[in-house]
Amino acid sequence: MAFVPPKETYSGKVYSVTIGTASKEVTFGGENVLPFHSFEGLTPNSPIIAYEIQDVPPTDWPENVQKPYKDVSNDPVSWAKFCQETLKARAIALRLIGTHPDRENRSPEDAAKTVRDVLSVIDMPLIILGSNHAEKDASVLVAAAEAAKDKNCIIGKAQEANYKTIIAAAMANNLKLIAMSELDINLAKQLNILITQMGFDKERLITDPMCSALGYGLEYTYSVMERIRLAALTQNDMTMQPPMIGDLGMYVWKVKETQAGETDMPQWGSAEERGIIWEAVTATALLLAGVELLIMRHPKAINALEQVMEELI
Amino acid sequence: MALTGVEIFKLLPKTNCKKCGFPTCLAFAMKLAQRQASLDLCPDVSEEAKQKLGEASAPPVRPIVLGVGDRAVKMGEETVLFRHEKRFVNPCVFALEIKDTLPEADVSRKVEEVLDSEIDRVGQKLRIDAIAIINDSKDVGKFEAAAKVVATKAPGIPVMICAANPQAAEAAVKLFADKKPIIYGADSENAEAMANIAKTYKATLGVTARGLDELSNLTEKVKSMGVEDMVIDSGAGKAKEILEYNTLIRRAAIKKNFKPLGYPVITFAQREDSLVEALISVIGVAKYSSIIVLSSIEKWKNLALFTLRQNIYTDPQVPMQVEQKIYRFREPTPDSPLFITTNFSLTYFIVSGEVENSKVPSYLAVMDCEGLSVLTAWAAGKFTAGKIAQFIKESSIENEIKHRELIIPGYVAILSGAIEDKLEGWKITVGPREANGIPAFLRSRMASKQ
Ligand code: B12
Ligand code: SF4
Repeated sequence: MAFVPPKETYSGKVYSVTIGTASKEVTFGGENVLPFHSFEGLTPNSPIIAYEIQDVPPTDWPENVQKPYKDVSNDPVSWAKFCQETLKARAIALRLIGTHPDRENRSPEDAAKTVRDVLSVIDMPLIILGSNHAEKDASVLVAAAEAAKDKNCIIGKAQEANYKTIIAAAMANNLKLIAMSELDINLAKQLNILITQMGFDKERLITDPMCSALGYGLEYTYSVMERIRLAALTQNDMTMQPPMIGDLGMYVWKVKETQAGETDMPQWGSAEERGIIWEAVTATALLLAGVELLIMRHPKAINALEQVMEELI
Repeated sequence: MALTGVEIFKLLPKTNCKKCGFPTCLAFAMKLAQRQASLDLCPDVSEEAKQKLGEASAPPVRPIVLGVGDRAVKMGEETVLFRHEKRFVNPCVFALEIKDTLPEADVSRKVEEVLDSEIDRVGQKLRIDAIAIINDSKDVGKFEAAAKVVATKAPGIPVMICAANPQAAEAAVKLFADKKPIIYGADSENAEAMANIAKTYKATLGVTARGLDELSNLTEKVKSMGVEDMVIDSGAGKAKEILEYNTLIRRAAIKKNFKPLGYPVITFAQREDSLVEALISVIGVAKYSSIIVLSSIEKWKNLALFTLRQNIYTDPQVPMQVEQKIYRFREPTPDSPLFITTNFSLTYFIVSGEVENSKVPSYLAVMDCEGLSVLTAWAAGKFTAGKIAQFIKESSIENEIKHRELIIPGYVAILSGAIEDKLEGWKITVGPREANGIPAFLRSRMASKQ
């Protein structure tokens, strides 16, 4: 029996988003097929991985992922430079975790200064993230957005509770925006609608359907992402067509499998490699589900993922 | 395409004789369409109908069993392309390759690794399921010798015998007669000889070709030689090809009911770098491979791959749950601490593991929250002060313990006052947020009590 490849044509397309400036700008999204399905359509851009850094030393990160940054992570500026120069990062994600009221409770002005300092030493695209405290983020991200004016950064995350203020800041300063909802396709859709109804250009939006780590709810994130992508492509649902972000490092590096030592868990093998593979496997699964932008921590996990992406293209 | 109930009905005797156990032929037809009944229940169905229905009612991906006994693994029978539509049915098999060019001691060591690979996670026993013995040497004697080591050391482990040379395949398969192995390596040149061996030893035949057109022709040819049980290799090497071919195979089988590709798929994921190999395997797990062949099985790698397989193959509609009750650890006494959590199996297994770890005899009250995690259940209004109070009262734990102290998860600290209001005479203690803080939490309690 002759085989006729059952190819699909889709009615929709994912928007492509460009971030950064001049020669270091990068573009992701733009495909009109499911992830890496280049055999039946266009996949003009490959996904981008951003290295995660933060405004305060990463004492809350497990030892094994602090290690690669131990000489630079005391200061976000040297940390950013290290990612750019030594690790050859294509993008950096700066998390302003120190602004969280339960942490150092840094002020919006401090946060804005950190953003300015980091931007002054790097020339690659920057993603600016709050501490996920909806209320505090509303003030922190406004200040951070001003500090990043016209640098074509991404800022986030806008959530249901604070999106109005953050959108205004992103628009006024010409930035791209992450919209985050909680693991539910309808909530993701609704937030994107609310944001575009306020006049925010839908082609400057990035959807964060919320991540979860391998073994800790990954299957939910995986399926929500897959469904969002299918809605964008097969139903041409414009509210689902922004590219998706997978902010996975912070979920991965808090689970037991990335922390427990080998003496406690001899049947789990080497702790260091276990942490790295946990992050890399989570990321690969999300790539297959449809993320175009990833935020990750361990350089070895990122390297392995890049090798696999090369094979996938 | 699968037939509808009405199409099936047209092929039945239409006598409504009820011998099938259903009130009418139509009712029976509907069950057949949903694959909830088997055609042989009707004694009067015609040969012609049998043939038509047999073809159409066969699952789009043929079920294949690898191995025998309690280590046997089932493959195939998949019905969807995306896991949110319906549960993926038979989790993919992980197989460790063992090349016959290795010294005997290394072959033995690898077999040991497979035997030792079992890990318990969320109440399931997970392991490397099979061994792929590879005729890398091209030598019949060497292959037979390696197969012998495997057969003697690990008689219960399912095997895949990989050889392009029919003589080598036959020499090895003899050692696994009646054990339902796979003989892999039937191609356009050796198909006939390989098919004969598969028939003689009742083995499944692994068929390999370059590309899907050639593969379809080859499975048809093998089928015409009388072999029905096959697993297929599209020749995919690079990740891009694995994704493309596996997707097209699954689509053809499910959406077009294209029989020549309706078999479980083998993926060879071996890479120089073990981490990269694991990530290639992720593609196989998520995207339709039924057997994934690995070159190494370090413990950290197994844990990650087993966990991924478990995640991808869980039922998207029903979270895994454990029974609501008071669980006891290390023979607790009336003074032992009492914890509470929800009945999501992941939550239960993490928390019980840590309670176990602390080595302190304890009670763990597990409350039915429809299989939701602590925070999800709280956000969904299922793990509330009122419900917790009611559960504790009804559990009769009050008859068993002397104290009246309940330790709640740190993430729901906010509930403590409200529970105290509703559970008269009880003191609520807020435990650590993450379960892995439980051993230290208990240690410092003991210290302060002394
Ligand atoms: C997967 C997931 C879901 C799945 C459900 C999975 C399930 N079976 O529970 C789905 C998609 C259905 C879901 C739905 C919702 N979710 Co939800 N979900 C998650 C997610 C990503 C992971 C949950 C998980 O599996 N955790 C792993 C388990 C093991 O954690 P756990 O039970 O809390 O146990 C840990 C600790 O609590 C502690 N522990 C547990 N028991 C005990 C006991 C004691 C004594 C001690 C000391 C410690 C302890 O140990 C464990 C590990 O250390 C989390 C975010 C996250 N990454 O945590 C959000 C999260 C829990 N969800 C959230 C929300 C809001 C919801 C929804 C209400 C919203 C929505 N999207 O519709 C719905 C409600 C569901 C409903 N039916 O209405 C919020 C809760 C926010 C809050 N603080 O109130 C979270 C935190 C996401 C967020 N950041 O906003 N969710
Ligand atoms: S046994 Fe056959 S003929 Fe009789 S009712 Fe059932 S389907 Fe109809």
